[in-house]
Amino acid sequence: MMERRVRNIKDGTVIDHIEPGRAIKVLSVLKGIEDGCVIICINIESNKYNKKDFIKIENKFLEENEYNEIALISPNATINIIKNKKRVSKEKVKIPKKIRKIGKCINPRCITNNQNIETEFDVIDTEPIVLRCSYCESTAGYRN
Amino acid sequence: MKFKNFTSINDLDKEGIDFVFREADNMLKLLENKKPSNICRNKILATLFFEPSTRTRLSFECAMHRLGGSVIGFADANTSSEKKGESLFDTIRTVESYCDVIAIRSPFEGASKLAMQNSSVPIINAGDGGHEHPTQTLLDLYTIKKNKNRLSNLKIGLCGDLKFGRTAHSLAQALSDYDNNILVCISPDELQFPEGIKNKLEEKGTKILQTKNLKEAMGELDVLYMTRIQKERFVSEKEYLKLKGIYVVDKEMLSGAKQDFILMHPLPRVDEINPEVDEDKRSIYFKQAFYGIPIRMALLSIMTRG
Repeated sequence: MMERRVRNIKDGTVIDHIEPGRAIKVLSVLKGIEDGCVIICINIESNKYNKKDFIKIENKFLEENEYNEIALISPNATINIIKNKKRVSKEKVKIPKKIRKIGKCINPRCITNNQNIETEFDVIDTEPIVLRCSYCESTAGYRN
Repeated sequence: MKFKNFTSINDLDKEGIDFVFREADNMLKLLENKKPSNICRNKILATLFFEPSTRTRLSFECAMHRLGGSVIGFADANTSSEKKGESLFDTIRTVESYCDVIAIRSPFEGASKLAMQNSSVPIINAGDGGHEHPTQTLLDLYTIKKNKNRLSNLKIGLCGDLKFGRTAHSLAQALSDYDNNILVCISPDELQFPEGIKNKLEEKGTKILQTKNLKEAMGELDVLYMTRIQKERFVSEKEYLKLKGIYVVDKEMLSGAKQDFILMHPLPRVDEINPEVDEDKRSIYFKQAFYGIPIRMALLSIMTRG
């Protein structure tokens, strides 16, 4: 019922089934959304998950690392690509085995925290998510 | 067998370790016969030591000289361009064109992996922060093999700083690949193995016993690997002083050990092994330090082969 009050987008991405309360966090990892129309709905009723958040972003298509980070923030989220007002694809995010350019290693002595290089983590567990730094091998949960 | 880089003890499986040991046995004969060698003639080793070291750096240099090769490098980050703010990436991209193999020590964990990703010449990890020190692990394993004639069915005590002690991390991981070893971790609560290391050992099915009491554990051990409480890894001096001197092996402590027991230490020691036990035949830490030469000769020989 609530969703019908929100206007459709012509071209862009709809991130649906975001865990309730996580939409703002999802939004914080998206780049290049300053100029387009962004619609955020929080705590919407959902048949599948009782409640959910969703985000509609005009003229935005996700980069690989954005997609990966959304998978870490909300593993049940679905990504819908909209082109010319039609949904051309819909898929649930998948937690990748390896994650690059996202977050910081928790180890202050890790080389990634002391040189200007991109981070890289192996996902060694998914419930809950546990990441292992590919450089220093420190492990940590994904902190929201 | 040939391998390009050696940044983690996990780069070698048991077969690979045996291969290095056979090569090290050949090097040992060469050293014993005092025969000059040309195995690495016209080869250059670069030792990039961003952190102080005595044994590791000198034994790498000695190993290369014994093989007829040459050595370039620095022993102190203050004498390198790191002092001017040069990145490790740039240092490696520069030095790779000056040499045939690089041994790198850094206070930053994962530094050798970064070096490996950006180097066209082989990289050897000579210690990266509290993470790994795989050539030390090889010589530790070699020492155990030489003295106990096996690397399995052993009860091995790891004592002291198991949190920051990279030698203990790497040795524990290597020993966990051999059958029926029991690791007895002897440390205060503050200096226990990091969770990541512990998880990896448990994933391999290694039996780990935890105690704070060295004296109680002593009588059952085949090997005791003592480690130094590392002042340089502590953020607070107060924390360091609280734990310094917590474990000491002296004559009285050693009297409780088996006759065929061996006492090892990666050195340098501070106060954790009293010099009064140096002459005990079970104290083998100086022999252990010597084995660094044949092991590093073996690695340099293998890694610089065309």
